[in-house]
Amino acid sequence: MASQDITPVGRSSAKASLLYDPKVRGLVFQVLTVVVIAGLIYWIINNTITNLQRANLASGFGFLDGRSGFDISSSPYLAYSSDSTYIKALWVGILNTITVAFVGIITATIIGFVIGIGRLSHNWLIRKICTVYVEIFRNIPPLLVIFFWYLGVLSVLPQARQSIHLPFNTYLNNRGFFFPSPVFGEGAWLAGVGLIVGIVGALLVKRWARKRQMVTGQQFPVGLTALALIVGLPLLALLIKGFPLSFDYPVLGSFNLKGGAQIGPEFMSLYLALSFYTASFIAEIVRAGIRGVGKGQSEASHALGLRAGPTTRLVIVPQAMRIIIPPLTSQYLNLTKNSSLAVAIGYPDLVAVGGTILNQTGHSIEVVAIWMVVYLGISVLTSIFMNWFNARVALVER
Amino acid sequence: MDNNLSYVRTEMLQEQTPPLGERGIIRWMRINLFATPMDTALTVFALLVIAWFLPGIINWLFVNAVWSGPDRSVCSTVAQGGIQPEGWSGACWAYVNANFSQFMYGPYPIDQHWRVNIVAILFVLLLVPLLIPKAPYKVANAIVFFFIFPIVAFFLLVGGWFGLPYVETANWGGLLVTLTLSFVGISVSLPLGIALALGRRSKMPVIKMLCVIFIETIRGIPLITVLFMASYMLPLFLPPGVSFDKYLRALIGVALFASAYMAEVVRGGLQAIPKGQYEGADSLGLSYWQKTGLIILPQALKLVIPGIVNTFIGLFKDTSLVTVISMFDLLGTVKQHFADANWASPQTPISGLIFAGFVFWIFCFGMSRYSIFMEKRLDKGHKR
Amino acid sequence: MKNLVLKGTLAVSALVLLATAASASTLDDVKKKGFLQCGVNTGLAGFGAPNDKGEWSGFDVDYCRAVAAAIFGDGTKVKFTPLSAKDRLPALQSGEIDVLIRNTTWTLSRDTQGFDFTGVNYFDGQGFMINSKKLSGINSALQLSGASVCVQAGTTTELNLADYFKANKMEYNPVVFEKLEEVNAAYDSGRCDVYTTDQSGLYSIRLTLSAPDDHVVLPEIISKEPLGPVVRQGDDQWADIIRWTHFALLTAEELGITKANVEELTKSDSPEIKRVLGQEANTKLGTDLGLTNDWVVNIVKAVGNYGEVFETNIGSGSKLKIARGINAQWSKGGLQYAMPIR
Repeated sequence: MASQDITPVGRSSAKASLLYDPKVRGLVFQVLTVVVIAGLIYWIINNTITNLQRANLASGFGFLDGRSGFDISSSPYLAYSSDSTYIKALWVGILNTITVAFVGIITATIIGFVIGIGRLSHNWLIRKICTVYVEIFRNIPPLLVIFFWYLGVLSVLPQARQSIHLPFNTYLNNRGFFFPSPVFGEGAWLAGVGLIVGIVGALLVKRWARKRQMVTGQQFPVGLTALALIVGLPLLALLIKGFPLSFDYPVLGSFNLKGGAQIGPEFMSLYLALSFYTASFIAEIVRAGIRGVGKGQSEASHALGLRAGPTTRLVIVPQAMRIIIPPLTSQYLNLTKNSSLAVAIGYPDLVAVGGTILNQTGHSIEVVAIWMVVYLGISVLTSIFMNWFNARVALVER
Repeated sequence: MDNNLSYVRTEMLQEQTPPLGERGIIRWMRINLFATPMDTALTVFALLVIAWFLPGIINWLFVNAVWSGPDRSVCSTVAQGGIQPEGWSGACWAYVNANFSQFMYGPYPIDQHWRVNIVAILFVLLLVPLLIPKAPYKVANAIVFFFIFPIVAFFLLVGGWFGLPYVETANWGGLLVTLTLSFVGISVSLPLGIALALGRRSKMPVIKMLCVIFIETIRGIPLITVLFMASYMLPLFLPPGVSFDKYLRALIGVALFASAYMAEVVRGGLQAIPKGQYEGADSLGLSYWQKTGLIILPQALKLVIPGIVNTFIGLFKDTSLVTVISMFDLLGTVKQHFADANWASPQTPISGLIFAGFVFWIFCFGMSRYSIFMEKRLDKGHKR
Repeated sequence: MKNLVLKGTLAVSALVLLATAASASTLDDVKKKGFLQCGVNTGLAGFGAPNDKGEWSGFDVDYCRAVAAAIFGDGTKVKFTPLSAKDRLPALQSGEIDVLIRNTTWTLSRDTQGFDFTGVNYFDGQGFMINSKKLSGINSALQLSGASVCVQAGTTTELNLADYFKANKMEYNPVVFEKLEEVNAAYDSGRCDVYTTDQSGLYSIRLTLSAPDDHVVLPEIISKEPLGPVVRQGDDQWADIIRWTHFALLTAEELGITKANVEELTKSDSPEIKRVLGQEANTKLGTDLGLTNDWVVNIVKAVGNYGEVFETNIGSGSKLKIARGINAQWSKGGLQYAMPIR
């Protein structure tokens, strides 16, 4: 017995406890998991193949080239008809998803920042109003907000014949919002060129002004110059060409307003609901971000003689942005994903169009795969962009 | 030193009341509403907005509202085929009133409603002491609540035993569906989320990879696609002729979805635990499960309580999406009844939605307030 | 960890699967369950809709009851699963329901995708409905160019609509919803000018609108919509039962067997009635089908004959007041023709 006591601990335990060796156990455990998962996947694939054979369905994406046969109410970018292919229908859906997500993100960000800053206002009334807003929208389901706009507000607007006439020849009725659409005549391309030149010029001016300020300390009215360039150049171009621009005004037709451009109530309610709902979360993020900037920063800024406006703009916000951006990214992704609720009110987004195709063709696996790929793709792209943006505003440490 | 200097006051002056502008409501208003010209402008603007909207809203909600009535006629104007004068607009609470039992129970057989009521009472009786920090027998209470109560509730709600008639889940509806889905979803997603978070931080590459793939995939796609998947693809994955209950399919979808989010919240907590805690546990010779269960998780979960509750709130709100796959939760039931010819009027949808929104709001707001309360309570012990 | 989770899920799913696993024969399965699970519409008055108390009634619902009566001798042994247009076929495929009787159009592609249509219980065609008060000048579908059209997603209707407007070189703006109730609500609130679906559906939906009398169904029928019960492919015996339940209802009407007189007619001398009602000596007609020999008696006792089912639910005895039209017996100029029961 005594002799065993002096055997090196390591060796004996290594022999006795292969079972207790964490590495071996880990390996065994992982192999087991892989086997279980592989078995499960095999089982699923096997069942799926049997089921597909029973249902006489071919798998594969070949069906996407077939004629869709159904129409889509809103296809602002692609010329789509019932003769188009399924794949084109899906593209219409994807573009619609991106559109509503994009404008939704912009609006939600604006409202969110306003409300978020408002929640920190010195003004009691403003603070309370913003708090009420946040607490209401944060605590109800987004689907309900969509229905609220769609069923509660937009569908009780007057009929086409009693449309509400708004300024600039725009109309509002239960078929949506109608506004004049610009018709570009001969030579309107010059205005487009003017716009691009204006934007490029504004960017150059901004760089130059910044350089000059760094060197001399003198400031230059960048904002005004940029505005003049971006608005002025296209106008000038139009003037030169003798205003080749006219408007197509909506007029009352036999069923509805005809002509002009139209934004349907489906898009409007989805867009408004997503913006209002997400804005309440963004407001909280903004508030937390601003509060996360030390009080010393604003005090130091005041001590330097900066007033409230520049303090917020130049000292607080840039620092707060670092805290704000990561959660903001996930809110943007949430908004994009929530846009799939379109299916509940009949806006033809990716999920709604895909659902129709799934139903017409029975290719559920393929359609669900497309959904997942597109949404994951959008997520990854947004994350990459926001990470890049985050890196730009990140604190540069010495 | 001589104390007889005439210019030094020997007794204190009587304290004067501050000037009018520096006390009471006026001071409060000066500081909070009219501090700067900008503030004043904002206040005036806000007051104008409130004055513009609030009377209308109050009128619509309460003054002009119809509280009871037999059918749509009480909620529509003469031109719309009702009895209200032209230009009338008000909430149609009569619609909510008439369909209230539907909104709560859905098509659950009326003579069996007592079963739902008992479950609801049990739920409240068990939950309240669990939520009050000072109430005794926490462990016993929690065991009863999370293990015994669900079994009792299951047998009561589904029935088919002990002489209770069987009520299939297709006949469940309204708030009953919302609450049961959320409760089960919450109780499934928390352990599942913890398991996934631990898996993601595991040193075993295969486990880690599987967890990462699962979490990131689920987090990258909308819940609707998960629900569609559960309702259209699951049947394909199973042997022919085998099917899941629709309710169960929705439940699986919602719970899996929430667990991916939960995993990320828990991971945040795990990452915030200082390395010393892990090393300390290791040096005491604790096994992985002892270390995790006794040292790491209690601290990590405490840290992320707000995040966990936020995920719960998210899950609760997300249950409303099951209407998209033709299940009738509270929102779905309310919406389903808009089509009821008896009650179709321009005021019906908005009244029903406001009611549903109010119910959702109470639950979510309650949860978020409770989380703030807990956060503050736990914070005390945590500050160093 | 992960595999604990998996084990858990597997265990749970195993439990569920055990509970619902179907055997090879649908008939045995239904008999074992003790009731028929029938897929019906979520709420189409006259065809399949629940009342306030959750009791179902309608033309299709009575067909479900007839099948239940044929199997169990009791028309109440049936449970209804309300299904949207989109969910109906997956639900049948997955075995959630035993038979789908939910105004489903018989098409080649559906018939070859793992389903079997057992007959046509209602010959229908797609039509249009408009609000005649608002659109007073319109009396033909050819005047609908430029209109917004409400339609349910995932139906043959949606495809016919596109074809019809294209063929007639007209424009339209589709307003598409997933669920019937949503389409109804949108049309009723004036979101669209036109509602299109099967004509029978239009008559039924018209009743649920807030002002039914304002709405008219336009005369054009733009498609053939033969509606009938559907079963999964591969169970011929089950398909036969559904098919012959339909023929039994038709035959009963042909022979004048009604709910009221069926008991009495079991003692009839007419060889044909005796044969159909299973009163012939040593008859094997019912048992060969896997049922009892008095199956027709049970069917008629439960729901009446085809004419009675039609009239009480959608015909003169109902609010819909749909004429028999092409759904009359072949002998009366219609298309309903029962194969002989012998």
